[in-house]
Amino acid sequence: MGAFGHFLVSHFATLRLEFWGLLVGGVANGLIYGMVAVGYTLVYGVLRLINFAHSEIVMTGGFTSYFVLRGVIGTSIPNGWATVGILVVGMVAGGVSGAVMAMLVERVAYRPLRRRRAPQLAYLISAIGASYFLFNLAGKEFGRVLLSVPQPYVNHPIFSVFGAPVQLYYLVIVIASAAMLLGADQFVGRTRLGRGLRAVAQDSETASLLGVDVNRTIALTFALGGALGGIGGFLLGLGTGVVYTMGFVPALKAFTAAVLGGIGNLRGAMIGGLLLGVVESLSIAFVQPAYIDVVAFGILVLVLLVRPTGILGERLGRAA
Amino acid sequence: MSRVTLALRSPTSRRLLTSLAAMAVVALMTGPSGSATQPMVGPTGSFGEHVSIFGLFPGPRWLLFFLFALVMWGIWTFWLRRGTSLRAAASTLATPPKRAFAHRPVRWVFYVALIGVGVVFPHLVTSQYWQSVMVEQIAVFVLLALGLNVVVGFAGLLDLGFVAFYAIGAYATAWVTGSLPTPAPFGVHLNPFFAIPVAIALVMVAGVLLGTPTLRLRGDYLAIVTLGFGEIITIFANNLYGITGGSYGSGGVTGKHGIPHFSINLGPIHYRWTLNPVPYYYLILVFVVIFIVAFSLLEHSRVGRAWTAIREDEVAAESVGINPLKYKVMAFAIGAASAGFAGVMTAAQSIFIFPATFTLQVSINILALVIFGGMGSIAGVAVGAMVIQTGSMYLLHSPPSGYQPADLYMYLGALLMVTMIFRPMGLIPSRRRRREIVLTEAGEGHMNEVLSGENP
Repeated sequence: MGAFGHFLVSHFATLRLEFWGLLVGGVANGLIYGMVAVGYTLVYGVLRLINFAHSEIVMTGGFTSYFVLRGVIGTSIPNGWATVGILVVGMVAGGVSGAVMAMLVERVAYRPLRRRRAPQLAYLISAIGASYFLFNLAGKEFGRVLLSVPQPYVNHPIFSVFGAPVQLYYLVIVIASAAMLLGADQFVGRTRLGRGLRAVAQDSETASLLGVDVNRTIALTFALGGALGGIGGFLLGLGTGVVYTMGFVPALKAFTAAVLGGIGNLRGAMIGGLLLGVVESLSIAFVQPAYIDVVAFGILVLVLLVRPTGILGERLGRAA
Repeated sequence: MSRVTLALRSPTSRRLLTSLAAMAVVALMTGPSGSATQPMVGPTGSFGEHVSIFGLFPGPRWLLFFLFALVMWGIWTFWLRRGTSLRAAASTLATPPKRAFAHRPVRWVFYVALIGVGVVFPHLVTSQYWQSVMVEQIAVFVLLALGLNVVVGFAGLLDLGFVAFYAIGAYATAWVTGSLPTPAPFGVHLNPFFAIPVAIALVMVAGVLLGTPTLRLRGDYLAIVTLGFGEIITIFANNLYGITGGSYGSGGVTGKHGIPHFSINLGPIHYRWTLNPVPYYYLILVFVVIFIVAFSLLEHSRVGRAWTAIREDEVAAESVGINPLKYKVMAFAIGAASAGFAGVMTAAQSIFIFPATFTLQVSINILALVIFGGMGSIAGVAVGAMVIQTGSMYLLHSPPSGYQPADLYMYLGALLMVTMIFRPMGLIPSRRRRREIVLTEAGEGHMNEVLSGENP
């Protein structure tokens, strides 16, 4: 057996030992990626462009819920219903601020360009500018250091999956993001506003002729994606703390997830997120932690080259 | 609708609200900075801190910026009034007379005078700080901006990982001169002059390798992939301790010797560059002129016209026999060449190189130079680079109160956004680009894919 064979055997041994633990972490991360990916996929579905400033919406959600939690949580660690209440308050704060920030970005960085029918390159540059402006402004205002978010619970393992302990934090992520993803899916698929959104994604001119307010629908799209991104920011901040650059890497991975599942496809974003989270987490057994981000990026390049339409295919405008 | 909402929706009050919001943002941008222990100092101090209002009387910042907002609102309203001289004067200023410049002799005299100014300039700048800024921050960034302009301006491809080529050029120099932990090729330690062809060849190969698979992608995907590529090059430079020296820089843990300066040993001529920035200035100046001439010849050649065609309408270009992929890869490689060269200059001039010099922020910085100067306009890009880099180095040198070095990227981000909203063709527009933007906005051409409502 050569050196490479030995490498594989030893790493697969690690993988077998750590499998369930890595899987649990991967699913939790993947659900957050999926939530953030919804923002990319919805905006792409309607405007045919990637919202480069989405990472800063995640950051906004993280910071807002940080300040809210800091205000709500006293000196003692809450438990029971108080914990649930605080988590809900944190999610609402993250979601609302994310939605507001997303609508602001649309209003300031995109709408003037849409009015002038600017070329696509202009949107990308304007959005990158917005992203850089926002996160550096946050860095200036709140300091360029990691702030740890006050914890609304004691993060101990509550049950185990095949011997791998599942911490309360992971359970919170799973419940919150599953609820949000289901909610978004139902909203786009079943409600009147969701129907308008799909109509604009399919054919904005016809939709506007049939009485859909295109500008309002675009704002709604940004708000919905922004709310999920903001809640994703809250969940991320809860685990790792908030810092002005916190949005960048998760958003890049969420974008990968959106492409992986098929951009413009809501369920694709969720599946892509889960898959990316799990694959990335399991790869910890094989690569050094410093190169984990390289794995996600490698997946992105591979998907773009081999199957740019993603797993479920681009399904712009159809029911979720 | 109630009377209040109607009043708020009138154009005048909308302008007032926008002015107030804009000035509130400016107040935040220029205010004090928060810290780990006091994360609310930024927002509260930005509005609450006491300052001198127009030098007349003391008052809180919010009052000062409220007054600014009123001034902005007044100017805006006055601007929109028809028949005011303000608008006419501004548009005359914005379009300088071009007639004289069309004569070839006039143009040549201008170019020669410009080079003359370039030659004399370092002798007018006596400050040590500004002399080194001229080389490290202005001349090198002019080179980088010229290179990115080929990619973004000529070919219309958004490359957010341009810094990767700069890094490859610099690390190639360290490698060839035997200054990395990894042994130099063939065991010889060469003069950085020999690093120039090696670095340029390496970055062009890197450009082709990165470009061939990714340039098939649509513009927005390309931007993300190049962004990731730039990040990955930094991750590798930071972590491959045995090869690049990791985060310790080119010296590595064991402390390899520094990258040597340029030197000439040709028969009787012996010259060695030193830490003195002025000789480096002249060396880079020569290459800047060479790159400017080469790129402007390229722009008006068959290749340049092919780039314009692809940028304006890829499908149409393909149907007249232009191979888009080939020309896009070419733009990538040619643009990278100038970044690779800038890398050689940085490496030789700074003795040790560190991964922290080659972050994503540098890519955004270079992009801001190109966008502000004017995509596709060589003169614009060069002037843009000089203006912005001088400004940012001035802020670093003598910061106004409340300014931190890291705030620069906030201003650059805002600059990108504002340029795209108000003057997408940049400071000194290229004639082709201006026409293109005007035509697209009039609904001609196929550049506008956003909100088209059709499946791709």
